[in-house]
This record gives sequence, structure tokens and C-alpha cells, in this order.
Amino acid sequence: MTSAPDAVPAAPAAAVAPPLLRISDLSVRFGPVHAVNQVSLDVAAGPFGLGLIGESGSGKTTIGRAVLRLVRSSGGSITFAGQDVGSLRGAALQAYRRDAQIVFQNPDNTLDPRMLIGSTIAEALNTHHVVPRHDVPGRIAELLTEAGLDPAFAERYPHQLSGGQRQRVAIARALSVQPRLLVLDEPTSALDVRTQAHMLKLIARLRAERELSYLLITHNFGVVSELCEQTAVLYLGKVAEIGATEVLLNSPAHPYTHALRSAVPEIDVASRRSRIVLPGDAPDAANPPSGCVFHPRCPLAVDRCRTEVPELREATHAHRVACHRAEDVLAGAAMSTHHRIHKTPPSTITPMPATSSTQIAAPQTPPQTA
Amino acid sequence: MTETPPTPNGPSGRLAITSLDISFGRRKVVSIDELRLDHAEIVGIAGESGSGKSMTTLAILGLASTVGATVSGSIVLDGQELTALSQDDLREIRGRRIAAIFQSPSTAFSPVYKVGAIVTKALRLHGATKSEAADRAAEAMRQVLLAPDLLRRYPSQLSGGQLQRVAIALALALRAEILLADEPTSALDVTVQAEVLDLLRDLRDVTGMSILFISHDLAVVAELCDRVAVMRNGVIVEQGPASQVLSSPADPYTAELLDSVPKLATTK
Amino acid sequence: MTESAVTQPPQAAVPAGTPGGRVSRREVTWRALKANPLLAVGGALVLLIVLAAIFAPLIAPLPGDAGAATHPFSVLKAPSGAHLFGTDQVGRDILTRVMYGARVSPVIAIIVLAIACVIGVPLGVAAGFLGGWLDEAIMRVTDVFLAFPPLLLALALAAVLPASLTSLTIAIAAVWWPWYVRLVRGQAASVAGRPYIEACRALGVSRSRIIFRHILPNSITPLLVQVSLDVGGVILTASALSFLGLGAQDPVPDWGLMIAEGTSYFTPDWWLVTFPGLAILVTAFAFNLLGDGLRDLLDPKRSFMS
Repeated sequence: MTSAPDAVPAAPAAAVAPPLLRISDLSVRFGPVHAVNQVSLDVAAGPFGLGLIGESGSGKTTIGRAVLRLVRSSGGSITFAGQDVGSLRGAALQAYRRDAQIVFQNPDNTLDPRMLIGSTIAEALNTHHVVPRHDVPGRIAELLTEAGLDPAFAERYPHQLSGGQRQRVAIARALSVQPRLLVLDEPTSALDVRTQAHMLKLIARLRAERELSYLLITHNFGVVSELCEQTAVLYLGKVAEIGATEVLLNSPAHPYTHALRSAVPEIDVASRRSRIVLPGDAPDAANPPSGCVFHPRCPLAVDRCRTEVPELREATHAHRVACHRAEDVLAGAAMSTHHRIHKTPPSTITPMPATSSTQIAAPQTPPQTA
Repeated sequence: MTETPPTPNGPSGRLAITSLDISFGRRKVVSIDELRLDHAEIVGIAGESGSGKSMTTLAILGLASTVGATVSGSIVLDGQELTALSQDDLREIRGRRIAAIFQSPSTAFSPVYKVGAIVTKALRLHGATKSEAADRAAEAMRQVLLAPDLLRRYPSQLSGGQLQRVAIALALALRAEILLADEPTSALDVTVQAEVLDLLRDLRDVTGMSILFISHDLAVVAELCDRVAVMRNGVIVEQGPASQVLSSPADPYTAELLDSVPKLATTK
Repeated sequence: MTESAVTQPPQAAVPAGTPGGRVSRREVTWRALKANPLLAVGGALVLLIVLAAIFAPLIAPLPGDAGAATHPFSVLKAPSGAHLFGTDQVGRDILTRVMYGARVSPVIAIIVLAIACVIGVPLGVAAGFLGGWLDEAIMRVTDVFLAFPPLLLALALAAVLPASLTSLTIAIAAVWWPWYVRLVRGQAASVAGRPYIEACRALGVSRSRIIFRHILPNSITPLLVQVSLDVGGVILTASALSFLGLGAQDPVPDWGLMIAEGTSYFTPDWWLVTFPGLAILVTAFAFNLLGDGLRDLLDPKRSFMS
């Protein structure tokens, strides 16, 4: 467990062990769009997983790319093992390129279609002179085996492999340079469910064997639940809430986390929750709302939310939230018990609500107003 | 659509598929013994990629031949055998009685037309007058909880969730009895997905529309569907009430699929 | 070579029936030819043209006719046993001139296209991969060239330069490269955005290696096809300029020039135009087939590679 920067250390342990990766006040802009807005995150030394959860436009992918210096940050800093990543040059940057690696979402495009699998991995090995040249073929075979693939795949082209197999190759390539930090950008979301399960097992195994730290970017609560100690929920380029994954899942302190959690489909009937309706659409990142960026869609928004930007603050132990009404959310009040079932009749247009009424959809129930 | 009287189910359901085989040349890709969709019922077809679930949709729409597949067996819609119909008759049924929505709504709409133009054009093709078409389009937009103003926008000006709603509105405006939904929420964000699922469920309740919902996501199927058929390699390995199949699966493959879904660590 | 290190099968035995056993380069080429007979035809035709060019002095019936000879008594003879392709307006053997022509038109075309590629590919890759102000600068200059009708620009250049084959080649190359910059830039830009390039950057793979090992191989295919299609186009452009007196001049057995001079005799003496025309057609066709075949050969998704 680590503490976040500029905060009172949450756990005593955090004071002694510095994080492997510290992201402080990171901002990334694409023209007028604030894709990432003053985000601070810590990733502890491995084995450790930090999950980044969010919907499209939340900035989760951009954070991962900024960590790898694939996009330029426009503010804040990223520190890896005490070094400022932004100012790395030459050999130091090359060393960082070994220490931090990334696995992308789409297995279709993650490998050069004109290169044999073996050549792709050899390129990584040779770039960093990981092993002497004559050991390269042997190491490729080891890496493929470690990723759960037949070593004979070295002689194949990407198109001869399935999506899951390609994703394993991408992992083998990333691991070939023995990184300490992995950015896993939706590594399983393009895969079938059984392939995804195998992939998650592989990540869990490698994490233990290689003592990996990783930033796992996903929209799937189940995936962070299986692989991450800590999880941050992002909304419109900001951290809405961050804490131990279990705490976050079971007692979220931010209304958005609550809503997101309630929207996750569940197989088990007993664990289904009433869905919290978020009115309207996600706002335009080029023109973010004043105050709390979530207020136009928040069921609990009050006047203060419209003007005052909520700071990330301690909600419970090792659990921080950026919401003025976190206490009310944690008290469990407004969201589910105080509001009656309300169903919009099909013949009316949903008003763009600026008010703070919570709507909980329960389709089978006849219409009645709160 | 509330005025449409519910049609009673025949003995074999509103849509009944029996002994359906779909093949490419000698290679059989789908072989379904029996699949039934009743009035106001939501049936899920769950399976991984390559299980043949999307080919089944194409066959029901009478479009399997367009991708070079041959279909044999029987697809009966309210007593009418669809496999025996000509392409012209099928075109009348497609859209009019059986509508379809797909995974990627942004590619389902031509980017050079306003969505309203696309919706009214479809209505007029199926015999509505100009003013009738406009009225029905607006009414359908309200049913999917969208402002009718959005009809004046281009597809690129709408979000993925909004476009999927417009696609559903089109099906409603056409008074389709059956909606084939092929992975309609897979490309959407979780909160938007939940909204679309709620919408589909509400529409079923209000209009009596039957929905064949195709998805790889068992949780989504579990939330939405009354019955579920699990497909693997073109064959239905198990079907039955969703709650039963997904809580105590009889087939080991279903069990494996269920086991593969990442579990949330819940303390309660 | 990095690849040679890994192209040996890993020490673990390849399971029987697994595609993955190493296939020799010769075997690959053989399978490619078998899978794509058109490539074989194209290759054979190109070889034929090359041989004709090299051995013209040995195989041409009347080598002297390649130059400024005149045979007043055999002017405009129809094809016959003595002159398979007939004779021209000054009595020269057309078969001889067509054979010698293989030393002129195709060579000009290849030099023009080589120059265009040498200029166009680096600029296109630089603009597409590096982007930013460099992209802007390169593309604006390119646009200036593209703004002129190509034939007109080539004409102006050729008119300024002394009338010679070298000038002709320079003039055509000068209008040809901008198209290649544009083509390659689009490809390179699209490849540059793909995750495998990002993965390379994240791995610290050097920029030059990214360009030469990843960007180029993945963006060169459309260019290859375009170049093969352009062989005919360049030959025709060169003929047009020759026709206007700006390129090859009379005794040179340029196919385009032969057509240009032959047009006034086309009826009834059709062979003056027809045989050089066929030579251009066959050449263009041969390079097209070769281009298509090479594209297939370079595409790992074609089954014969494994």
C-alpha cells in the first residue's frame, strides 16, 4: 500500500518504501482538450498493481502513454525510481525504456505484420543487448514458453496467430527486456472471455514470478478486482477516487464510482444493484464544466459543486476521494434509500436535469414519481 | 407502438428456427436444431468469436447468401416460412418486421446524411407518407429517450450511445416485431451500455417487441435475457431460462465460460 | 543481421505438421512463382526486354539501321520475310530499331522512376513519420509542384535544358517525384500511428531502425505497384516530349519518337506505329505484372511464405 503525494501518509509502511513510479500533478493537453488534468498516482515496487478505471474520455490511456513518454506532458512530473522521467536523455532514457514497458489493447496491430514473431522479440532483446547474440534464439524460446506459447511460434507471422496468442507475444516482447514496470492498456478487452481468463492468469503468474509493478488500464471492474491492490477511478482527466480495490468496489465514496459500479452487469442475480442513472452525456473535454467536473451528471450535486473544485482528500483509511459529498455517499444515504423509484414514461423527453434528484431505474415497476 | 395489439404466440413461437444449417461450400458453420423466440421475449445467444452467432443473425435476415453461405432448414415467422421467400419479399420483411442493430452504430449510418433523413427514408421505403414518416420518427425518438431535435444532426455529431438509440428508434418507427441485436452494447462504455440495456428491456415491456440478443458477454445476457442459448462452433450446446442456465449450467462449456468471467471481490 | 540469428528454428523441436519449419529463399521464390504465374510471365517479359537491349548488336538483323542510315530503295516496305516489322520512311529495318529501342525508352523510364523514388521516398517517410513542421514544409513544396499540369512543367523544364536524353530524364523526374512523396507520406503516417511502432518507441528502438525495418517495409507496397504502373506512363511522356522535339532526336531509336514520326504514315503504312507501340505496351504490361507479383511476394499473409 502506498500513500499518494502531498498527503499525510496513509499507512506507516508508505513512509519507508518510496514508490517505484510517482506521477505528480500530471497534465496532458491535446490542443484545447485537457486529456489529463493534474493527476497524481503512485505505483509501489512490485509485485503491485494499480488499476486505472474509466470510460472513454477519462484520460486513462493517455496517462499510460505519458508514463512511457509516448505523449508529451504539459505539466507535472513523472518520477521513476527517484529519477525525473521527463528529463531523461540518451543512455538514461534508454535505460528507462528497459525498465518500463507497455502492452497495447488491440492484438491486431501490436506486432509488425511483416516480421516473424522471433524477429520482433529479437529486436527488443538486441536493442538492449539483454543477452549475447548467440543466446538470442534460446532466449526467444524461453520467453515464448514463459508466455504460454509454443517456441515454434518464433517462425510464424502475426497473422498466423489468434488474437490471444498475439497478445501473449506482445507480453513476451515487453518482458524480454526485464522491465520493472508494465503499462497494460486494456490488455484483455478485445479478447474472448476464456482467452481473457487465461490472460489474466498469465499476468498474475508473471507478476508473482517477476515481482512486476504495473499500471492496468481497463474499464472492467472484474479485471482490477483480480489483479490490482489499488484502483483509481478517472473521470474527464481527473482522479475521482483512489484506494484499495476492495474498499473502492464495496464502499465507493464518489457518486461516479457508485454509478459506474451499479452499471456493471452481473451474472449473479443477488449481486445486481439498482442502476444509478447518470443524466446527459459525458461532457466535452475541451470545455469542461466549472467546479466539480462531474456535477452536471451527479445525482447529489449541490451549489458548492458547481463552483468549487473538490480536492482529493482522505475518505476512509487509505482511500481518497474528490467529492464534496463523499461523507453522504459513504453514509449510503441519498443514492438508494432516500429516493423513490422513478421511471420516465416513454412518451416524454428526458429533461436535461440540473437538479440533484437521484433516479434509479427499475423497469419492471409501474411509473411513480418521487 | 402501444397501439399494436400483441400477437398471440403460435404453438412454436413468434420466430421458430428448426434444423437450420448454414455452410460455406462443404464446411458447415452453423447447425441449430431448434431455437424459438416468443412474443415479448428476449432470447440471448451467447458465444465466443467464431461460434456462429452472427451468421445465425444473417440467416434470419435472409442475408447469409450475400456472404456466400448456403442455408437449409426452416425459419418461420408467425407461420410464414422465410427460407422459401424471394429476395423481394424478404426485403419487405427485413426492417419492416425484423429489424437489426449491430455492434458499431457509427458505421451503420451513412456519414453524409442527417440521421433523420436516414430514418424517414427507411420509413418511406416501407410505405409511410412524408408527414407520417416525420411524425413516427419523432415519436420513436421520444420512445428511446432522445430529443427529436437530434434527428437534425449528422451521425458524427452523436455519441455512440445516442446512435445506437437512433438505430433502435428506427426499428420502433418501422413497428418491427422482432429486433435482432448483434453485440449492440459491446462498443459502448459501461454506463451507456447499462442505459441501452434498460431501454431494450423497457421497450420490450411497452411494445411487446421480441428481441434476439447476441453477445459474447454472459453478464449482459444474464441481465437482459429471459432465455439463453449458448453456442459453440455453430452448435447450441445448451439452452433454457437464463437464470437457470447461468446459475447451474448443465454443459461443461457453459460452466467454463461462466468461470472465465472475472469476479468482483465483494465482501458482502 | 539480427534476423539471421533467429531464423534458425529454436532448439526445441518443431512439432510435426506445425507450419514454422524454415523455408529457403529459393523455395519461397519457387512457390511464389507457382502460386502466381503472372509474376513468372512478367518476369520473363522483363528479362526478354533486358536481353534485347543487351544483345541488340548481336541479334538485330541490321544493326546499322539503329542509327542515321538511309535506304532509299526500301522505304516504307510492309512486313515481310526480309523485314519482319517492315521498314520506316527512310528505309530502316523497324525490328532492328525496336530492339535497339529497348536501350532507350525503358532505360529512361527506370532512371526517371529511380530518381523519383530516391527523392520521393525519403521525403515522404520524413513527412509522414516525423510530422510537425517538417511535414508542413515538405508537403507545401510538393503541393507547389503538383499545382502545375505535369506535362506542361516537364515541357518547360525540357525547353530550358539543352535537348538531350539526359535533359529529358531530368525534366520528367522533376515532375514525377511529388506524387511519390504524397503517396509515401500517407502510408508512412498511417503506419507511424500503429501500436507496433509505438511499441518500438517504448522499447527504445532507434529511429533509423524504426524507419528502415518497420515504416518502410509497411508503407512501400502501394509505391511498388504505382511505380510498376508508371513505367508505361513515363515512356509515353518521354515520347510526347520527343515528339515535340524536346527529347530524343532523330537517329535515336526511341519508341516514342518512332511512333511520333510514324503517325503521318499511319494509313496505309500501319507498321511504323504499330510495332514500337506494341513494344511500349508489352514493356508497361511486363512491369505491371512484375509489380503485382512483387507485392504478393512481399506480403507475409500470402500462404507460400510458410
